[in-house]
Amino acid sequence: MDINAFVEGFAQQFMDTDPSEITASTRFHDLEEWSSLTALCVIGFVRTECGKTITARELKDIDTVQDLYDLVQTL
Amino acid sequence: MAYIKAISYYLPEQVMTNQQLLERFPEWNSDKVAQKIGVECRHVASAGETAGDMAEQAARRLMAEHNIAPESIDFLLLCTQSPDYFLPSTACVLQDRLGLPKSCGAFDFNLGCSGAIYGLAVAKGLIAAGVAHNVLLLTAETYTKYLHPDDKSNQTIFGDGAAACLVSGDGGFARIGEFVLGTDGSGANNLIVKSGASRQPQPTGQVVTDDEGHQWHDDYLYMNGGAIFNFTLDVVPPLIAELLAKHQLTRDDVDYYVFHQANKYMLETIRRFARLPQDKFYVNLQQTGNTVSSTVLIALSQCRDRLKSGDRVMLAGFGVGLSYGGTIIEVI
Repeated sequence: MDINAFVEGFAQQFMDTDPSEITASTRFHDLEEWSSLTALCVIGFVRTECGKTITARELKDIDTVQDLYDLVQTL
Repeated sequence: MAYIKAISYYLPEQVMTNQQLLERFPEWNSDKVAQKIGVECRHVASAGETAGDMAEQAARRLMAEHNIAPESIDFLLLCTQSPDYFLPSTACVLQDRLGLPKSCGAFDFNLGCSGAIYGLAVAKGLIAAGVAHNVLLLTAETYTKYLHPDDKSNQTIFGDGAAACLVSGDGGFARIGEFVLGTDGSGANNLIVKSGASRQPQPTGQVVTDDEGHQWHDDYLYMNGGAIFNFTLDVVPPLIAELLAKHQLTRDDVDYYVFHQANKYMLETIRRFARLPQDKFYVNLQQTGNTVSSTVLIALSQCRDRLKSGDRVMLAGFGVGLSYGGTIIEVI
């Protein structure tokens, strides 16, 4: 999955946030809608769409969507 | 051969609606959460109402609704993680309260979301071994009593309830097939009430913030949602494949999938991940929430009318332990 498809899939995990607001450089913890529920959805997205397992701690320790993409590439 | 003969369930009278939760947690986006989690209200046991009380109600309904004589029952299994006492087994208390014969075996077993599946497996084993003939399987849970008052995430998801199922060697509406069961105790800390039992008898008052930003109180129920979700996504697709292989079936041979009703989002993700068709996949926890060990039996009871003779239904449970299990039943 390339970064564009990853950003698109990441953005689909949000219900109230316009997908155009989310880019590779978005600091997702700062999004108003970011919560434990959206974190759960992102964990599910990475597991089901990328076949990789990430933890809540790993999500907590990174800032941007690009960081998450980079992390997933290393797994 | 062992069969599911009848199922009934009981939900406590008191109801907690999303509106009531919103009044307690004004910052909470109830519409969106309800849409995602799939719960509009959940039933809550009252202060003096125990899992044993609810199990008794479910059993009484089963006997009344399906004309089952207490004397015909020769074994009682109760799945609960909120027993009435440390000892004796709540099942023993229920033998007397339900008027079951003194020749009836009875014990509790401690499991959560996989409990109904394990109960069916044990009941089938007792029948196959000739130990018992009519096994009353009860599931009952009062998780809401374990929740911290400020824990809105888990208060949104969980509801209390009990289910009763008669498993018989004498026939019934569905024949119970083969089982696949599994455990990963390394994840025990991901869904736990730490204090109150032998490891930590006294409340500690300790609280830490976990990686998801939730407060982890030793003295209340803690769930690491991400870890449970990853566990489920790891074990359920192979569970489905193993069950199909054991029954020499393909996906197309299964008419219905009734899985533990954890929450709507998780169920939908599992369904898509495992490539199961939406019209064969039961999702209904709007009015109950996640009732832990009772969800599979409640769901099976609710969709009973849709099932026709010859239908094969895959049942699966997964969660606290961490533990999982599944079976396929065939409607007679």
